[in-house]
Amino acid sequence: MSVRRLADKQPPSFAFTPQNLEWARARIAKYPPGRQASAVIPLLWRAQEQSGGWLPQKAIETVAEMLGMAKIRVLEVATFYTMFNLAPVGRFYVQLCGTTPCMLRGSEDLKKVCRRLIGEQDCVSTDGMFSWTEVECLGACVNAPMVQINYDYFEDLTAESLTRILNDLSLGKAVKPGPQIDRHNSAPVGGETTLTDASLYARATEPGRN
Amino acid sequence: MLADKDRIFKNLYGRHDWGLDGARARGAWDDTKAILDKGRDAIVNEVKASGQRGRGGAGFPTGLKWSFMPKQSDGRPSCLVINADESEPGTCKDRDVMRNDPHLLIEGSLIAGCAMGAHTCYIYVRGEFVREREVLETAVQQAYDAKLIGKNNINGFDFDIIVHHGAGAYICGEETALLESLEGKKGMPRLKPPFPANMGLYGCPTTVNNVETIAQVPDIMRRGAAWFSSIGRQNNTGTKLFCISGHVERPCNVEEQMGIPLRELIERHAGGVRGGWNNLLAVIPGGSSMPLVPAGPDQADTLLMDFDGCRDKKSALGTAGVIVIDKSADVVKAMARISYFYKHESCGQCTPCREGMGWMWRVLNRMAEGRALKREIDMLWEVTTQIEGHTICAFGDGAAWPVQGLLRHFRPEIERRIDEYTANPDVVDAVGVFDPPVPEAAE
Repeated sequence: MSVRRLADKQPPSFAFTPQNLEWARARIAKYPPGRQASAVIPLLWRAQEQSGGWLPQKAIETVAEMLGMAKIRVLEVATFYTMFNLAPVGRFYVQLCGTTPCMLRGSEDLKKVCRRLIGEQDCVSTDGMFSWTEVECLGACVNAPMVQINYDYFEDLTAESLTRILNDLSLGKAVKPGPQIDRHNSAPVGGETTLTDASLYARATEPGRN
Repeated sequence: MLADKDRIFKNLYGRHDWGLDGARARGAWDDTKAILDKGRDAIVNEVKASGQRGRGGAGFPTGLKWSFMPKQSDGRPSCLVINADESEPGTCKDRDVMRNDPHLLIEGSLIAGCAMGAHTCYIYVRGEFVREREVLETAVQQAYDAKLIGKNNINGFDFDIIVHHGAGAYICGEETALLESLEGKKGMPRLKPPFPANMGLYGCPTTVNNVETIAQVPDIMRRGAAWFSSIGRQNNTGTKLFCISGHVERPCNVEEQMGIPLRELIERHAGGVRGGWNNLLAVIPGGSSMPLVPAGPDQADTLLMDFDGCRDKKSALGTAGVIVIDKSADVVKAMARISYFYKHESCGQCTPCREGMGWMWRVLNRMAEGRALKREIDMLWEVTTQIEGHTICAFGDGAAWPVQGLLRHFRPEIERRIDEYTANPDVVDAVGVFDPPVPEAAE
């Protein structure tokens, strides 16, 4: 478990935008009647997106009210799940995987890059552009080491390629998610050892079957 | 080696279209109605006959699990829940299924739903997999638009799929914690019994299956149980997605037959261990929760990658996330990092787990430096046995086993470090060799 508390400085209010409100209603309707509490994670997630990547106390209370849940129940959820950021994060929020498969392939070097370019863990850089945190296994172990920046995975990193990505982001340049070496997704470097039989893919789609 | 034609995940690497047209060209959704028309008993029997065991870690026979669902409804609807909360360190197979072959999962869900009389399916995707979830949601929409699923679909079995997601809690991969999370609570595992097949999601009969398990079902039904059971060994049939990570030349995911020797798996597909096979120190065969297997003629050299083969080496296949550790690595530190993972991810419900995880991590950290006493090695072993089997869910076991594996096979290495540390008095701090200078709260 980790200690997670609400931030000291909180905005005075929170309200979903009309678009998000409509989205939230549709989301709640996906679950059976009376089970609207199931939508708590998706709604908190949307509230976090709307608040710029973190979850203020008022947003938690708003979600509780929308779902007819006790505030404490939603607060429990917000503090239990580690993807809910309880304090502000940078515009580019770097989640660096530090678990053993990534550690074996050099995530310690990536941490040094983050410290050098961004600063200490969980501290937003002065321009508000970056913050980073070490997280547990992100589930891209065959592409280790890797980081997640906002919603995209950047895989097969080295200190140099992570430095380049962070620099490009700060300059507003486009960056390419996925493996940063010559490699296709989770296939081995140098090309596949399997699925090379072209006849598997020979069957053309029959037109009009959709 | 498994022939390409016998592979189920033909778009594992995403070289081809993941959408409905592409999936159909590879054989998905081909007369699914004929499969459903066989009836639920026939489907369950076919899956039972195939010998398929769950691909999510525990290896429970799939057909048997399905047969626990009530045949006659008592008024409560049955539910199918797909566990796509893949977060076991070393494992990244379900991610590839979701982003590259989502229709296998969707079609499998429909067949599984029919086999257990469930008209509703929830797919619980881990929160971090945002892009994968987007692909899956699009694929589900494609299936709805083509009337393959939904009300009054062309397959003749009303079926709804709701893609749900978590927000970064490993414990939600445990099936009852997943159900709690899906109900909008903290992901804390439930006491069993009642088992989910009696009382699961919203109090309804529920079966929770792994993504890979379900995605294999259409091929089992189409090609037949005999085909599936002809691959692999008895009790360990079929194909499996292996994730080979760590110190290999070319880490990758690959689908292979069950029971493939570890060495062949690594050398054929992952380019071999970095620095050659003799440079292997140890391997974790099934995701971080499983004990490591050291190098050696009667250990990793002869390890067969299936449920029984791993059990013979006092480990387990788990999720088949193979983490390779070579001789350049600090194995004690690597295992201490795994302990930190469990400390971080413990839900805190059971005392042995909540307190034990932090305790094990702190001791292992000191052992990595040698800053410990030799009797603490036995004490650590004792603590792992106090955690194992004394918690509501298997998380406690999964955290204790890797430590036990380390102590079983690398005790001399830990003792060597302790000797080295104590023999060098300059390093020993004034407080003593085994007291941490600052007491840390067990959080």
